[in-house]
Amino acid sequence: MQTKRTVFGSPVLPYLLVLPQVAITVIFFLWPAGQAVQQSFMREDPFGLKSTFVWFANYQKLFADPMYLHSLQVTAVFAISVTVVSIGSALVFAVAADRMVKSAQAYTTMLVWPYAVAPAVAGVMWWFMFNPTIGIMSYIMRGLGYDWDHSLNPTDAMILVVVAASWKQISYNFLFFLAGLQSIPSSLNEAAAIDNAGPMKRFFTITLPLLSPTTFFLAVVNIVYAMFDTFAVIHSTTQGGPSQATNTLVYKVFQDGFIGLKIGPSAAQSVVLMIIVIALTVVQFRWVERHVEY
Amino acid sequence: MFNRILAAGLMLTASVTSAFAATEVTWWHAMGGELGAKLEEIVAGYNASQSAYHVTPVYKGSYAETMTAAIAAFRAGEQPDIVQVYEVGTGTMMAAKGAIYPVYQLMADTKTEFDPSAFLPAVVGYYTDTEGHMLSMPFNSSTPILYYNKDVFEKAGLDPEMAPKTWEDVEAFSDKIMESGAAKCGFTTGWISWIQLENFSAWHNLPIGTLENGFGGLGAELTVNGPVQARHWDNLKKWQDAGVFSYGGPAGGADAPPKFYAQECAMYMNSSASRAGVIANAKDFEVGYGMLPYYADVDGAPQNSIIGGATLWVLQGKPAEEYKGVADFFHYLSSAEVQADWHQFSGYLPITKAAYELGQSQGYYAANPGSDVAIKQITLNAPTPNSKGLRFGNYVQVRDVIDEEFQNLLNGSKTSQEALDTLVVRGNDLIRDFQAANQ
Repeated sequence: MQTKRTVFGSPVLPYLLVLPQVAITVIFFLWPAGQAVQQSFMREDPFGLKSTFVWFANYQKLFADPMYLHSLQVTAVFAISVTVVSIGSALVFAVAADRMVKSAQAYTTMLVWPYAVAPAVAGVMWWFMFNPTIGIMSYIMRGLGYDWDHSLNPTDAMILVVVAASWKQISYNFLFFLAGLQSIPSSLNEAAAIDNAGPMKRFFTITLPLLSPTTFFLAVVNIVYAMFDTFAVIHSTTQGGPSQATNTLVYKVFQDGFIGLKIGPSAAQSVVLMIIVIALTVVQFRWVERHVEY
Repeated sequence: MFNRILAAGLMLTASVTSAFAATEVTWWHAMGGELGAKLEEIVAGYNASQSAYHVTPVYKGSYAETMTAAIAAFRAGEQPDIVQVYEVGTGTMMAAKGAIYPVYQLMADTKTEFDPSAFLPAVVGYYTDTEGHMLSMPFNSSTPILYYNKDVFEKAGLDPEMAPKTWEDVEAFSDKIMESGAAKCGFTTGWISWIQLENFSAWHNLPIGTLENGFGGLGAELTVNGPVQARHWDNLKKWQDAGVFSYGGPAGGADAPPKFYAQECAMYMNSSASRAGVIANAKDFEVGYGMLPYYADVDGAPQNSIIGGATLWVLQGKPAEEYKGVADFFHYLSSAEVQADWHQFSGYLPITKAAYELGQSQGYYAANPGSDVAIKQITLNAPTPNSKGLRFGNYVQVRDVIDEEFQNLLNGSKTSQEALDTLVVRGNDLIRDFQAANQ
């Protein structure tokens, strides 16, 4: 076994080398995070003229607020739906593209395109297509006898944001699945085929289990994406409505803090979010990194 | 950062071009599009009229974004001299005593000629404290009115010169329009909160909240869950189900204008400042104007409607020299010529009596029928404690609650009384939060 240890001549140099990274972490993470924690214990007017230390009052109020609990529930439904939809469809596309001999490249390129679209633009596009007054999709659905109205119907609104948020993420998942599929030795499939296993059987007994590390990794990444990266999609489609039916935790922080100017309660919400991110990161490092074979 | 560079650049050019370095005054505003261009024209007119001060207008996005930006800037000590704040932010601004420089005080300190009684009482009452002091400078105030499609009225066999007066009329006219096939829907509306609840209450002389709609102090509570409001929301739900009314979405109701422009709905309630947009978009039909409908059997209706829009607030922490510039600019801004020009261009109310009289003597109202509906409606009767406006803390969020509960009504999860009761409870909770943070 080879040793990777490097010996520095000067005791100062190593600290100097990590300094930029430490500085970035302190300025862009520790400092604002510390401020958020501090503000979450304060009650303050928007201008910061009067602030009172209120201990855990903001947190107590938060967890007693039915709207916040509702938002937790909405976030769970949204994150799980986005993960299932985007992973499921990406897998189907990847398997289909993997089978193509000549056109695989073309399909791959086209399927990756949506990833280049900015979330806000994607949101506006879906909003346009599903707009109850001017949208083509709602027009078609009315023709089929379904009165689509995401501005009033909570289920329609949730479907809209899930579709808009998943659409982009399919490209990302697709690339990982395609790479995963290509690393499965074809001898395994061929041997199974000789043993008279049909394509479906081979998929479920060989391909899927061998893809499970990729799937697990993508599940974590997608949940994080759905929870924290979909602000633009929601902002440009439903703005959390109707009646908070699509008001996820991140969007609520924005609404309470930046629109409603309630700084303390909003800071408390972002501290809760920070704890969730830390928990998800721990899951990813402890379990996912160990089991995924690259 | 970018703004600072921009401001620095502008200051540099200003000091190079003129012998005296003019005092720089920054104005953050939320007027985009044509209104923004007009605003810049007004500022350019002021800058050209004198050389002591130079006003720089900076567009900061929506009303909410402008206000948030100004507050964040204040906390960082980088605030502009003037910021445009929408009427629902009034409660927040008024409570921030150390952050704002009241206009009456500014005018007195700088010894600038200033007569609060020259302004329309219905407008200025909204921005005056309990002692009668004017705290911010009215700039763009509007009130909701009714627009209707004269061509559709004619096709349906109605008199195109007669706007509906009461809600009974609206219903009867809508039925006739829909039966005759002249249009698919009777009416739509922007701003459920502002038009179908706040103005609805004021128009029927019903209190929106206790303590004179919140003017009397931070301890006020909402009272919009009365029987008349419940009856109206009940009707809206019934009409929505029957297709008579078509919901245009939360907040400003982004989907409402296209329904009217595309002649899908025959009647449309929205701000008087939508007038320019309506005229520009109603290419294939003639537009009629009317006052807001009322229920004929409610005593005291119609009273007078209340305003929306924004005012200009002066922020603390700037050098005295700049405040002189601000006062001088405000003096220019409230002159009859500037006000009449702005009002006639935009559909916002004329802020001063002189501006209205100037429009009359110019023959503007005779040449543009319907352009004076808003001012007639807002001055229909002397404002009562129920109809001079409203002032509650955290009202930006209360507006969201109103939209949410209205959606709960329309999607059938609540009755009108349940929706209004929940709205009052949730709204009061927000108002209490504000009270706790500001006392």
